[in-house]
Amino acid sequence: MSNHTAELTHEVHRDDVGARMGMWLFLFTELLLFGGMFLVYAVYRHEFIDQFRIAAMALNTTVGALNTIILLTSSLTVALSIAALQKGNKSLSIMLLVMTNILAVAFMINKYFEWSEKFQHGIYPGSETLLNLPDGQILFYGLYYVMTGLHGLHVIIGLIFLSIVMVFIFTGSVNKDSYVKLENAGLYWHLVDLIWIFLFPLFYLIQ
Amino acid sequence: MANSTIAISEKSYLEEGTTKKASGIASWLFSTDHKRIGIMYLITISAFFFIGVLLGVLMRLELIAPGETIMDAQTYNVIFTLHGVIMIFLFIIPGIPAVFGNFFLPLQLGAKDVAFPRLNLLSFWIYLIGAALVLISLFVQGGPIDTGWTFYIPYSVRTNTNVSLAIFAAFVLGFSSILTGLNFVTTVHRLRAPGMSYFKMPLFVWSTYATAWIQVIATPVVGITILLVILERYFGVGIFDPALGGDPILFQHMFWIYSHPAVYIMILPAMGVVSEIIPTFARRTIFGYRAIAMSSLAIAFIGYLVWAHHMFTSGMSQTATIIFSFLTFLVALPSAIKVFNWVATMYKGSIDPKPPFLWVMSFIFLFTIGGLTGLVLGALVTDIHVHDTYFVVAHFHYVMFGGTGTIFFAALYYWFPKITGKMYNIKIATIGAALFFIAFNTLYFPKFILGYMGMPRRYYDYLPEFTNLQIISTIGSWLMLITIVLIMYNLLSAFFNGKKSEANPWGGVTLEWHTDSPPPLENFHEIPEVTKEPYDFSQLKTMKHVPKGEEYE
Amino acid sequence: MQDNHSHENHEISYSTYLLVWVSLIAFTSITVAVAGINLGDYTLFVALCIAALKSGLVINIFMHIKFEDPIFKVFIGISIFTLIVIFTLTFFDYFYR
Repeated sequence: MSNHTAELTHEVHRDDVGARMGMWLFLFTELLLFGGMFLVYAVYRHEFIDQFRIAAMALNTTVGALNTIILLTSSLTVALSIAALQKGNKSLSIMLLVMTNILAVAFMINKYFEWSEKFQHGIYPGSETLLNLPDGQILFYGLYYVMTGLHGLHVIIGLIFLSIVMVFIFTGSVNKDSYVKLENAGLYWHLVDLIWIFLFPLFYLIQ
Repeated sequence: MANSTIAISEKSYLEEGTTKKASGIASWLFSTDHKRIGIMYLITISAFFFIGVLLGVLMRLELIAPGETIMDAQTYNVIFTLHGVIMIFLFIIPGIPAVFGNFFLPLQLGAKDVAFPRLNLLSFWIYLIGAALVLISLFVQGGPIDTGWTFYIPYSVRTNTNVSLAIFAAFVLGFSSILTGLNFVTTVHRLRAPGMSYFKMPLFVWSTYATAWIQVIATPVVGITILLVILERYFGVGIFDPALGGDPILFQHMFWIYSHPAVYIMILPAMGVVSEIIPTFARRTIFGYRAIAMSSLAIAFIGYLVWAHHMFTSGMSQTATIIFSFLTFLVALPSAIKVFNWVATMYKGSIDPKPPFLWVMSFIFLFTIGGLTGLVLGALVTDIHVHDTYFVVAHFHYVMFGGTGTIFFAALYYWFPKITGKMYNIKIATIGAALFFIAFNTLYFPKFILGYMGMPRRYYDYLPEFTNLQIISTIGSWLMLITIVLIMYNLLSAFFNGKKSEANPWGGVTLEWHTDSPPPLENFHEIPEVTKEPYDFSQLKTMKHVPKGEEYE
Repeated sequence: MQDNHSHENHEISYSTYLLVWVSLIAFTSITVAVAGINLGDYTLFVALCIAALKSGLVINIFMHIKFEDPIFKVFIGISIFTLIVIFTLTFFDYFYR
C-alpha cells in the first residue's frame, strides 16, 4: 500500500482572487441584511415622513457628521495599510491598522454617548416616554436603535477582524507577498463604512 | 483487456481522510473532504426527514376523524409547526445542495474539492448547531413553538411558547446555507478543470450554481426578519406592531422575500439532477442544453419577483396583487422549457427503466401537477377561494415532496454506486418507487378536493363531510411510511451488506463517472482535461469505467 | 487559468487614496450643507445621489473593484439590482394602499 497519500492533502493551491471572491459574496449577504432594514426604513418613512422629520431633529447632526468623517478616515487608513504592506513597509502597515482601530473605538465612544443621552431622556424601546410619542416617532427611534445598533455590532466585528490580521502581519504570515487576508479585512471594514454612508443622511439629515 | 471496475491500488475517500487519524468518528467530524461532509449531511438530513415524516403521520392520525382524536388543539399546532420547521429548514433547504452538491460539484467540475474546504466543514457544524437549537427549543421554558413554520406577526410576538430560540435556530441554519452558497459560487468560477468552459459544465452544476446565488442573496432577508421578531419579543421595538404604527404586512413581505426564492433553492438542484439522469438512462445527449442552463438562471431571477403571491388576501394594495399575479405566471415559463427539453431528450432514446429513471418519471408527473395547481393559486380570483385551505397544502407537497423529495430519492439511487461502490437490490428499489407513487397520490390528491371544498389548513378539527377524504389521506400516510421504511431498508442494507458495484453501472459520462467508485480522496488520479460536451456518450468508447458488457477494445 | 497577478501588480499610490479621501470629506460637507436647504421632495434624492457617489469611490478605489476581474462588477450589479427589485416591488404595495 502506498504511503504517499498523506502528502497529497497538504498541497496548498493558493488562489487570492478566489479568496477575495468569497469575501465579496459574504459582503453581499451583509448588504442584503442591512438592505432589509433599509426597506423597513423606507416603508415607514414613506408613511410617517413628518414625524420622522420631527424625531430626527433630536439627533445631533454634528456628532453624526463627526462619526461619518471618522469612518471615512478609517477607510483611508486601512487602504493605506494595504498599500504600505505592498511596498514592504511592515511597521507602517501595522501603525495604520492601529489608527484604524483607534478611529473605530472613537466611533463607538461617540455612539455610546449618543445612546446614553437618549436613554437619559427616557427614549429607548419600550420606555413610557417613547410610547407616549406619536407612532411615526416611535418607529423612527426603533429603527434608529436597531440600525445603528446592528451597525455598531459590525464595527466591533470589523475591529476584531482587523486586530487578528494585525497580529498576522506582526508574526509575518501576512506579508508583502501574501496579503489577501489584509485585503479581505479591509473589504469588510469598507462595507461597515458604506453602510454608515447611507445611515448618516437618512437619520441625521432629514430636517 | 477488460476495464477494471474497481481500482484496488488506491484507497477510496472512505478509507483515507484529511485528518491525522485515519479512522473513527473524529476523522469524519473534522474532515474537510467534501465527500465526507456530503455523507455527514446525508445522515443528519435523512434522520431529520424521518422525524418530519413521523410528525406528519401523527398529524394524519389526528385528522382521521373530526374532533379531538389523539391530541388537543395546542399539541396539534406544535406538531404541524415542527413538521414544517424540520422539513423545510433541516431537510429540504439544505437537502440536495448539502448532500449531492457537496459530493458531486467538485467531481463534476474535475476539481479536488470546493474552493473553501474548511468553510465547508464549518457550514456543517453550523447546521448541527442549528439543529441542536431546534431540539433544545422543544424543551425549554415556554414549550415548543406553535406559530406554524411561517411565524407570522402578531401571534409570533404574543405567544408564550419558545419562539425566539426556535427562530434563532433558523437564523443559525441560514448561516450554514449562506456559507455553502458562497463556497459553491466561488468553486464554479475558480476550480473548473482545464477545458471546461461554462457551457461545458454539467447541468447539475448550472442548477447548483443558480441555487447558490439564491442562498447568498435571499437568506439574509429572512435573517434580518428573524432578528426583528426576536427584538420585538424582548424589547417591544414596534416595527411590526400596529399599536405603535408598525405594519404586520411588512413582516409578511420580508418573510416571503426570502421564503419564495427559498422554494427555488429547493427545486432547482432537483431539476439539475433530472437533467443528469434523463440523458444517462435514455443514452442520448440532453436536448436543449443551453436552454436548460439559462432557464436555471431565469428561474432564480424570476423567483425574486413573485413573493407576494403568498399575500393576496393579506390586505396589501390591489395594484400589488395584480402585479404579483402577473409575475407569478412568468415563472412557469422557464420551468416548462425544462420539461419540454427533458421529454425531447427521451424521444427516440434507448430507455433503461432502472430505479433512478423511474423516480424521475414520477417527478415529472407529480411536479407537473404541483406546478399547474400553482397557476390556480397564482390567479387572483381562484386564490381568494383556496388560500389557506388544503388546496395550498396539496400544491406545495406536490412540488416540494413530489418534486424535490422524489428527486432526493432519485439522486440517492443514481449516485449510490458512485458514493459507496456498492449496488442495491434493483427489484426492491423498483417496488419502492412504484409504491411511493401510489402512496403519494393517495396521501395528497384528496387534499386538493378537500381544499376546494373549503377545508382550512392548520385545523385539527373539521366538518363531517370532509371525513371520507381525510380517511383516504391518512391511509396514504401509512402507505408512505411503509414506503420510506422500505427505501431506507433497501439502501442501508446495500450500504452494509450490498454486493460490490461496477464503477459506472449506468453508463454515465459526466466527470464523476470517469473516476473510481467510491472515488479516491482527491477525486481523480490525474486532473481531467475536458474536450467533450458534457453528455457526449461517445466517450463510453474511451472511458476507463463503462458498464459491464459495453467495453470496447 | 488562475490569474493571481492581474490584480496584485496594480498598486495604488498613497496619494490616490488621499485624493479619494479628500473627495469623500468634500461630498460629506456638501451633503450636510444641502440638508440645510429646503428642497422639498428632492432633498432625499440629492442626499442619496451623493451617498451613491461616495459609495462609488469607496467601492472602486478603496475596495479595488476598478482593478479587479470584471466578474466582480457583474456580481455587485446582481446584488444591487436585486435590492432595487425588492424595493420597487414592495412599494407597489405601499404606494397604492
